[in-house]
Amino acid sequence: MIIEGQTVLHVAGRLTLALLILSMALAFVRLVRGPQAADRIVSLDLIAVLTVAFLGAYAVHSGESAFLDVAIAYALIAFLGTVALSRFLLRSRRTSEEKQSGEENR
Amino acid sequence: MSAFIAAALLLVGSVFCLVAAVGMLRLPDTLIRMHAATKAGTLGAGCILAAEALMAADLGTTLKVAAVIVFLLLTAPVGAHLIGRAAYHRGIRLFEKTWIDELGDAMQRDSNGGKDADTTHAHEPDTPRS
Repeated sequence: MIIEGQTVLHVAGRLTLALLILSMALAFVRLVRGPQAADRIVSLDLIAVLTVAFLGAYAVHSGESAFLDVAIAYALIAFLGTVALSRFLLRSRRTSEEKQSGEENR
Repeated sequence: MSAFIAAALLLVGSVFCLVAAVGMLRLPDTLIRMHAATKAGTLGAGCILAAEALMAADLGTTLKVAAVIVFLLLTAPVGAHLIGRAAYHRGIRLFEKTWIDELGDAMQRDSNGGKDADTTHAHEPDTPRS
């Protein structure tokens, strides 16, 4: 029996989508559990990269390359969000130093 | 033939993404977790997007894929640098086996030097500060 390339690609696409969803779930566990705000921002960054990968994998799986435009726009917005959140974290450090010490003891 | 290569690229990329997520969950420290998220995640996404470029076999799609990959490669270090700087200045707890902390040493040296300079200007330098 000759294995066809399209069948292999279909199975690999399904497996890739499943693995990416599993990765997002693992990153989401860190997002919920992360002890400090920086952990949550790093986790959100990873989830954004995984979403771009998911859009690419879905573009392969469905044969619809218009999802790449979504991937470009999402990568842009995710980078802006990461920058904004880390600036916010940097600016709010002086006002929350006493809260920070309590957070570390938890 | 290109379908097999694309399938292999998809699987390799998804395994790298899974490694990034597992590292995100298991590694002990914010800065070490940032290492997993940035490097392995970018490599995995790049492999998956390369599979899309290979399957479409179209100049416009390939250019779009190249744009996404270049954008990821440009923004991942910048974002990681910003998050790391904010987290360090916020005062995160480092992993207990951390044995080199050059930024902390430099910041302590700077603050000690500034304080010593002020005290030597204000008072006589007979009491060395610890």
